[in-house]
Amino acid sequence: MSTESTATTVDVKGQNCPMPVIKTKGAFDELAAGETMEVLATDSGSLSDIKGWAESTADAELVDQQEVEEGGETIYKHYVRKAE
Amino acid sequence: MSTDTTAGSEADSLPEDTAELAARVEELETELADLRSEVEDGPKKMVIIATKGTLDMAYPPLILASTAAAFGYDVTVFHTFWGLEILHEENSKDLQLSSVGNPNMPVPNAIAALPGMDRVTTRMMRNRIADNEVASIEELIDVSLQSGVDLQACQMTIELLDYDEDEFYDGVTTGVGAASAFQEMVEADIQLLV
Repeated sequence: MSTESTATTVDVKGQNCPMPVIKTKGAFDELAAGETMEVLATDSGSLSDIKGWAESTADAELVDQQEVEEGGETIYKHYVRKAE
Repeated sequence: MSTDTTAGSEADSLPEDTAELAARVEELETELADLRSEVEDGPKKMVIIATKGTLDMAYPPLILASTAAAFGYDVTVFHTFWGLEILHEENSKDLQLSSVGNPNMPVPNAIAALPGMDRVTTRMMRNRIADNEVASIEELIDVSLQSGVDLQACQMTIELLDYDEDEFYDGVTTGVGAASAFQEMVEADIQLLV
């Protein structure tokens, strides 16, 4: 998934539970139907937290999750799409 | 099934399609029933009764409340007794940890009971919280209120502890008691006492 196709990016790097999910939900509410958002986190717990949140949220679809090494730290990238 | 179905060459594959369609219809009916009950009952609801005012015990209710709100739940946290300290704007910034009777503390009880030890262990914990970039109590109250969590301060305890209503964070609900908390618990899907 490339960043060009995402409507918005939420940067929660450095923030811990429960912030990644809460900030994701906040941005998701602003998303238009059919749009995809990107979440950048350093909290490894965000992998299961955002997955669980997306499964329980009717119009949220978890498109992809990636682990990327950037500048010596692991960035967890999440892509969530709002259903049309 | 209506007679107005696909005609021609596609008719050969109809039995299989019909079974598939029937399964799909059943699936959609279940989904519809779920949605109907959800609409009728409104969003799911969680009520937490927060009774503790130590630094460590202030976190779980706020973390759960803000998370449940992100999951679309209607959330009420009823703060009573020392739980009130979490909502008290000034006191919430200075919540303490008790080192006595806490086997997870790196000091034995005999030392933990010395004057000033709670200050020391609290400072250690605050440093850890900051080092691990865990949100402060103030931040969690802020995101909870922003997410629509109803943070309630028990009126009886406000008077018992001689607090003034304007000493609490803006957005905190006052003037509520056990009966309103109980009523909310009756209607809730999840009820927790912390």
